[in-house]
Formats: sequence, structure tokens, C-alpha cells
Amino acid sequence: MKTKRQIGAVLLTLSLVMFAEGCRKKGPAPPPPPAPAPRVQEQPKPKPVITSLTVDPSSIERGQSATLRWSSQNATSATIDNGIGSVDPNGSRQVSPSSTTTYKLTVTGEGGEATQSVTLRVTEPAPAAPPPPPTAPKATIRELVEQMIKDAYFDYDKSDIREDARNQLQQNADALKNILRQVSGTVVIEGHCDERGSAEYNLGLGDRRSTSARDFLVQLGVPADRLRVVSYGKERPQCTESNESCWQKNRRAHFVGVE
Amino acid sequence: MKKLSLLFVFMIAGAWLMHSQQRAADLIVDLMKGDRPSIAIPDFRGSGEAQKFMVIFNNTLQSEIENAGVFKMVPKSMMPRSNPQVPQDVKESARGTGMSLSDWSSPPVDTNYLAFGYTGIQNNQLVLFGWLYNVRQPANPQVIGKLYFGTVDDKGAQQIAREFAADILKLLGIEGLAGTKVYFVSNRSGEKQIWVMDHDGSNQRVFAPYRQLCTMPSVSPDGSKIAFTMFAPAPIIMMHSTEAGRKLPFLNPRASMNAQLTFTADGSKVVFVSQVGGFAQIHIANPDGSGLQRLSNTRAVEVEPKVNPKTGADIVFVSGRGGPQQIYRMNIDGADVQRLTPGEGQASNPAWHPNGKHIAFSWTRGFEPGNFNVFVMDVTTKDFVQLTHGRGRNENPTWAPDGRHLVFASNRTGQMQIYTMLADGTEVRQLTNSGRNEMPVWSK
Repeated sequence: MKTKRQIGAVLLTLSLVMFAEGCRKKGPAPPPPPAPAPRVQEQPKPKPVITSLTVDPSSIERGQSATLRWSSQNATSATIDNGIGSVDPNGSRQVSPSSTTTYKLTVTGEGGEATQSVTLRVTEPAPAAPPPPPTAPKATIRELVEQMIKDAYFDYDKSDIREDARNQLQQNADALKNILRQVSGTVVIEGHCDERGSAEYNLGLGDRRSTSARDFLVQLGVPADRLRVVSYGKERPQCTESNESCWQKNRRAHFVGVE
Repeated sequence: MKKLSLLFVFMIAGAWLMHSQQRAADLIVDLMKGDRPSIAIPDFRGSGEAQKFMVIFNNTLQSEIENAGVFKMVPKSMMPRSNPQVPQDVKESARGTGMSLSDWSSPPVDTNYLAFGYTGIQNNQLVLFGWLYNVRQPANPQVIGKLYFGTVDDKGAQQIAREFAADILKLLGIEGLAGTKVYFVSNRSGEKQIWVMDHDGSNQRVFAPYRQLCTMPSVSPDGSKIAFTMFAPAPIIMMHSTEAGRKLPFLNPRASMNAQLTFTADGSKVVFVSQVGGFAQIHIANPDGSGLQRLSNTRAVEVEPKVNPKTGADIVFVSGRGGPQQIYRMNIDGADVQRLTPGEGQASNPAWHPNGKHIAFSWTRGFEPGNFNVFVMDVTTKDFVQLTHGRGRNENPTWAPDGRHLVFASNRTGQMQIYTMLADGTEVRQLTNSGRNEMPVWSK
């Protein structure tokens, strides 16, 4: 409580001070300039001299840069051509010309002017070394499909595409379009079932599953002529235990790339 | 009033239940064809060197007759002490020694039939002198009196025993199991392949050694052709001759799946599943695959067509058109579709009885999905009987040519194996025990 009151007091004081500051009157006007000095006898003016003009390094590859440095005496102004323009009589400047360039420094003083040039050589960059021949062979369609295409799962005794399978197949469609652009070969869509129905019925059901996965992918633009369906019924289970988690693993459309 | 009507409902339900149970029992009796006649088979003897093959001979003869399920076997302990070996032995003699027909026709033996005879070695051949007598007609008892020739070894002894058994079974108006084969699928050498064995499980050998997975065999009614499904990698139909084992031409339609071919009764057409129209549906074609016509037209899985072996006029098949897989029937032209199983559980694997009236099939009725039992159904009345009772899978039943036996696959011991049983569910025998064995087909 006490602290709050203290903070309040400080804030109040601060704002009063700022208010007072804002209202303070401007200072008195500056005094008039002094009268010009009386003209004196003209003496011979010293000629300006360029004491140095260097470029470091003197030779670059295109794309690199170099530093121009110069110094002079008795100069009041200086310019450098090639688009640099007026500069201090003593100074330096980074340059990065695309071809060999001669920079001319002109310094001007009361005693006249002086010029000096320096040349920056620009060489073609060495051609990049050709990329080393690939050591690993290009990934095969089998490897690509194995790495990038995941199974789509089904409900018991069903072949319609459920929500999670829809998402998976959408991802698969994008990846498959990519893969099929890169490599030749076809993709086999295998239909699998869990062990519970008869083997004969499951052969038909597996065909339905692989066919509905195929139709879904084709709708999303995967080329139909690169897809093949095969039903394995329940002949090739991925999991052989008799429980729902295992059965679910077996109710799937599985993808295999074939050269 | 309310109580009364409830009681009435219970009575009706009870009566209906008893009625349907009675009809189910009748179905089995029908299949077992009434009371079985009895047969006495005293041990046969061999003269001289032939005697050492008689253990295997007697065992084979005994089991061939017993397995046919046609006869009640007279226990050997009830037979007279003397074994007749030639007809003279039962012509006229003292009673009570076995040397008289009435010793066999009256208690305790009380048999209908008596098989007897002996073997010997002649001209480097094992020769059986075999007789079958109907002891209830003493004036003219002989039904069979015949010579059988085999090689002088165990195999020859088995062979003549089987031929004699087959004659006994045939002459009684019933084809026996002798000479019949069971085709099946086994993975014992790695990939699933088509195997074949004799009906009693002996002589198991690979039939078609392909490297790809082969499954779902079916055999033509005359036993001359076998079709199966091969993953190449998409399922295709393969056709072979059973005699030469060689491949026969079959034109698979351009489809992601062609499978499960079966033959019509006369072998003039084949019916199979093809995805050629976009959905796996049932098609009919010539035996070489030409002249393809579609029979079913749904957007459901339709598989396992089986043509009536007696009439050739109707097809049973499995469809998911109404939900879980059930068994349906239709005319051979695809018309008049009816569901046979009532819709509960999953039903599959229909197999016609040779009489064309009944089917055996597998069904999960009363169990969780995947737990099949073998049932038999009268296709006209839709009455059914359950033959196996247990968890696990009991599936792919097919009938023996005698119509009294079934072969089926079961994982009752953990691993899928092949079993036979009688049509009333009794006398279950395991035929295989190496690897995983399934999808048996009993053929001529």
C-alpha cells in the first residue's frame, strides 16, 4: 500500500517536470555574423599533390572486391571517375567492378589540380569444378515407395476408405505423383485382410480394398496406368497374433514399387 | 389371461424347437442311410512266405471297410475260434466252431456279411482268394469270389486288400473310399502348394510344385482335372490333368483376380470368380476359359461358386451382398437368388453332397467371427445340423464320393490340419501332422 502511494507521487512529480519543460521559453537569438576580414595581398597558392593512390589487391576475380586508398595535400576537393564521384581528398572506397577498370583520381585545390590513375585488374573466375559423378546409384522405385508411401487401413469386412486412410492416401497421392515423375516402373497396391473371414471371401475383399485405394489415388491425379492391384486375401499377414491390434495391422492396402 | 398366452407362446416355441431338432436328426439319418448292416472280417492267413504280409493286409482290409462307414464292424472277440479260409470251411459242419454259416448269422456274432479268404505266392505274385458271403441267405450266400494279384511286398498286400475292400463296398451299392484321394494345400516345404494323399492319409506327396503360392484346389466330378488358384502375383486360375499332372490350357480373363474355379456336373462348363467387370463376381465359361459370361452382378464380394453335382441346375455361393458373408443359391443362369443361411454370423465354404440335396459348410454361428464349425444343410428345407463343436476353426468341409464321409481342416490342436469324419460328426481321424495343411478336396 505504502509503495503504491510512493510510486504515485513519483509519477506525478515526473509529469509536472515534463510539463514545465515543454513550456520553457526559447533561448535568446544568436549574435549577428562578424564583418568579413579585410582583403590581403594574394600570395601564390600551393599546388595540390596526390601523395598516393593504391588499390589493394591490384587484381581480383569478378565478384570480389578491392579497396581504393588515396591521400593528397593542398586539395580542397577530389573526385574519382567510373561512377564514384566526389570523395574526400584523403580516403578509401570499396570497389567491385565487373571488368578491369582504371580509376582516375582528380584533386583540386586553390593552386590547381592533379590527377593520378590506378588500374584494378579483374579476371574471370575459374570455372566451377564439375560436380563429382554420383557415387550412390539413383534410388529405385522400390526404395522410394518403401520409404515414402504408407499403408492405408480398413475396418473389419469393409473396403470403403475411412477418414484416417483418406488422409494417408492424400499424402500418398502427392508422393506417388512425385515418385512416378522421377522414376520408371509401376506401383502395386496390395489388398490384405485379417484372418477371421474365410480365405476365399478374403481374396475378394482384398481385391475390393486394393481397388478402392487405387480408385481414390486415380481421382487425385495419380496416373492409373502406373498402378496395379493385387489381392493377397489373408495369405500374407503382416502380423500373426489373434487380437484386434494385430488384425488391424493386416486390414490394409500396402504399396510396393516394381521396376 | 396374459400368463396363459405367454404359456401358449412357449408351447409353440417348444414344439417348433423339438420339431426342428427332429428334422435335424432326420437329416443325419438320411445321410447315414438308415441302419448299417454288419460285417465280420476274421483275420486272413497267408500260406508259406505270404504270411509275413498278412498283418498289413488284415489291417488295411479292416480299416478300409471300417472307414467307409457303411458297416457295423463285428468285434473279433465275438467271432468263433476257427477262421474259415475257403468256401468248403462254411459249407456243412459241426455248429459252434465257425465252420457253419449259422455260427455267423446267429448271436453273438449276428452278422449280415462275412468276408474271408487267404493269400499265397504264385508265379512271384501275391495272390488273394477273397470271398464275401451274405450269411442271411444260406441257399446262395456268395456275393464275391474273386482273385486279386499284387507284388510280393507290403505295398502289394495293401493294394490287394484295398481292391477287395472296394469290391465289397461297391457291390453293396455304395462306392467306398478305396482308391479315392484327398487334394489339399500344405506349406510343409515352404510356400503353400497343392498336395495329394490317399483317403486314409497315406502316400502324401506334392502334386504341383510351383514356386508361387498355390491354394484353393477343386477337382472335376470325374476326377480327371484339378483347378487351383496361384498368386502370380495377382491370383490366376491354373488347370491341370490329375492323371498326367500336366498343365492344361486355361484362358484367364484380363483382371486383377481370377480364382476359385469349379466344374459343372458334366464337366462341360466351369464356374469361377473374376474381377473382370470391376468387382469380383461369379462367371461361367468353357473349360478352357473361352466363352466367358457373367452370372452375378452386385457391388459386393461374391465368391466360392459350387455347381450342383447331381442336377447341374443350381449354384451355391458365398456373398457379402447383405452384410457379413452368407451362403446363397441361384440358378445356373444366375436367376432366382436366395439366401440359404439365416444371416447370423459368417458362413462360407459350401460343398455339395453327391446327392445334390445337401451342402456341408462352415459357419461361425454361436461364436465370435473367425471361429467356424462344420454344418450340414438341406438346401430345400434349410434345416441344418452342426457337426463340429468347438472354438478355433473347423472349415472347408468336402464330401467323400461315398457321401457318408467328410474331410475338413481344423486348428483344434493349434496348427491347421486335415481330418475326416462321418456325416454324423463321429469317427474323427487326423490325416496330416506336418506343417500347416488346409483346404482339402475329396475326389474320386
